[in-house]
Amino acid sequence: MDIRIVKPGLLTSVQDAGRQGYQKYGVAVGGAMDAFALRAANLLVGNPDGEAALEITLLGPTVEFSCDSLVSLCGGSFAAHIGEAPFPLWRPVLVRAGSRLAIGRATAGSRAYLAVAGGLDVPLAMGSRSTDLRAGFGGWHGRALQAGDRLPVGEPSPLARRLLQRCAASAGDAAFRAAPWCASPRLMPRYGTAELRAVRGPEAGRFRADSVRRFFAEAYEVSPQSDRMGFRLAGAAPLALTGAGGDMISAAVCAGAVQVPPDGQPILLMADAQTTGGYPRIAHVAGVDLPVAAQLKPGSRVHFREISLREAQALWIRREQELKELELAVRLKAGWT
Amino acid sequence: MQGQKERPGSLPYRLFPLGDRAVVVQWGETISADAHRAIRSFVQRLEEAPFPGMTECVAAYTTVTVYYDPYHIYMAWQRSGENAGDIDSPYAYVCSAVEALLSDRPHRSIDQPATVVIPVCYGGEYGPDLEHVAAACGLTPAEVVHIHTEPDYLVHMIGFAPGFPYLGGMSERIATPRRAVPRVSVPAGSVGIAGGQTGVYPLSTPGGWQLIGRTPLALFRPDREPPTVLQAGDTVRFQAISREEFEAWTSASSSPAS
Repeated sequence: MDIRIVKPGLLTSVQDAGRQGYQKYGVAVGGAMDAFALRAANLLVGNPDGEAALEITLLGPTVEFSCDSLVSLCGGSFAAHIGEAPFPLWRPVLVRAGSRLAIGRATAGSRAYLAVAGGLDVPLAMGSRSTDLRAGFGGWHGRALQAGDRLPVGEPSPLARRLLQRCAASAGDAAFRAAPWCASPRLMPRYGTAELRAVRGPEAGRFRADSVRRFFAEAYEVSPQSDRMGFRLAGAAPLALTGAGGDMISAAVCAGAVQVPPDGQPILLMADAQTTGGYPRIAHVAGVDLPVAAQLKPGSRVHFREISLREAQALWIRREQELKELELAVRLKAGWT
Repeated sequence: MQGQKERPGSLPYRLFPLGDRAVVVQWGETISADAHRAIRSFVQRLEEAPFPGMTECVAAYTTVTVYYDPYHIYMAWQRSGENAGDIDSPYAYVCSAVEALLSDRPHRSIDQPATVVIPVCYGGEYGPDLEHVAAACGLTPAEVVHIHTEPDYLVHMIGFAPGFPYLGGMSERIATPRRAVPRVSVPAGSVGIAGGQTGVYPLSTPGGWQLIGRTPLALFRPDREPPTVLQAGDTVRFQAISREEFEAWTSASSSPAS
């Protein structure tokens, strides 16, 4: 079983939940920018939540399925069709063999994940199927997908097979059949709120007090110099340090860190960020809001709201519990008539 | 270093959070042999006995950053039914686990660091900036090579790119500022100088370093375990090789340095 890339879209790559354990070798965790949407898409097709899927950016690919497949598209609002019929998001969908799913532009947000039951069966590199585009390894030959690529798909789980059968029972001749239910919006990140909750960074004390205040009050615009490594933000006025010299000796950094180079305009590090850095860190976006950040694009405006570490961790734990709820809900839906 | 018992607790340190899923242990803000030993001892013990919920740790000049999964820690703590005490968040739990490791007397000494010899073809097409560095330092190119290959370097940390070493120990006599205009692409394996630092680019990237040579050694091999030739704590020596030796090396190896 495989899926064929008919048209690649703007930037489509294989991503999973990322590679853990290799940051000490300078290898970024990487993986899906919006890990919530990836995990939800996988759970909706009966996969383990961290399986490899297609990460789609701004303008999606056209994909052809060689066999009947259970798929799910989650993330930003992408206009997707099979033939003339609109393709729904945030739910499992049976797609018939030979069908072509055309994923168009994002009308809201910027990234989405197409998960297939069985997962994308590309080789593991350091325990992960994520593509490290900068270093050129992992995923599908270490690069973005191109027209003609054929990606092998693994075996659907027993849960996926049950969901497939239920969709097939009412599909008739249609090219695809969606489940009549979807992931609850109640469980989702605060997409579209333009607010990122963040804790103070380790070097917040090195900034002037009025700069820290402004950072947590003013709106920032995402500049065109933004990609999977990080987003350069543009604010009304540069942030200023109290003393002389901004550089600190290099230390580990990770996705979510907001570092401030000498020009005073902050950079929000994202999935493919370098593992170490030497710029002072004024804040760190809470893990629960990284999916919200992942849906930003050049021109988006965003502001930061300070929360405590305790609150950030409580939100993280609740998010994990909600994903467990989704997993359970999918199992229940597969079992009921 | 071998055979000595180290007590990292004897060098002052502090703990602070990095975001909501990591804690940093910091031994001051000055690069020093003491800080390095404290770091190596701590990393060794962390890796031998990771606390439940720890995902990985990253050593740097004066810090060790310990990444963890707050949900895993929360669930384990709930299941254990332990008294809350001072622990009211995953961060507090991790701090107490880290403090316990730091205050333990190590049961063995720090492992002898690995010494890695990096063969380098200096100058010519592989080191286009060697003559500039020599002129800027008032030396001949041969003297620059001699000074660069003379010491043992310490790998303080790996970062910036997969396998890229931050090396300590370069002589000030060959320190040279970065190029005013960075190159769009520096070939993988390039050995360079930037200010008082020296290093090797494992991958082809843009860069402003003064390139004095190139190694045929692939420093990053994603298909091997570990995926890098160098790790934090290793000792590095540079060894000058001829152009013929460089070419023999690259044709013999199955995975060229790129």
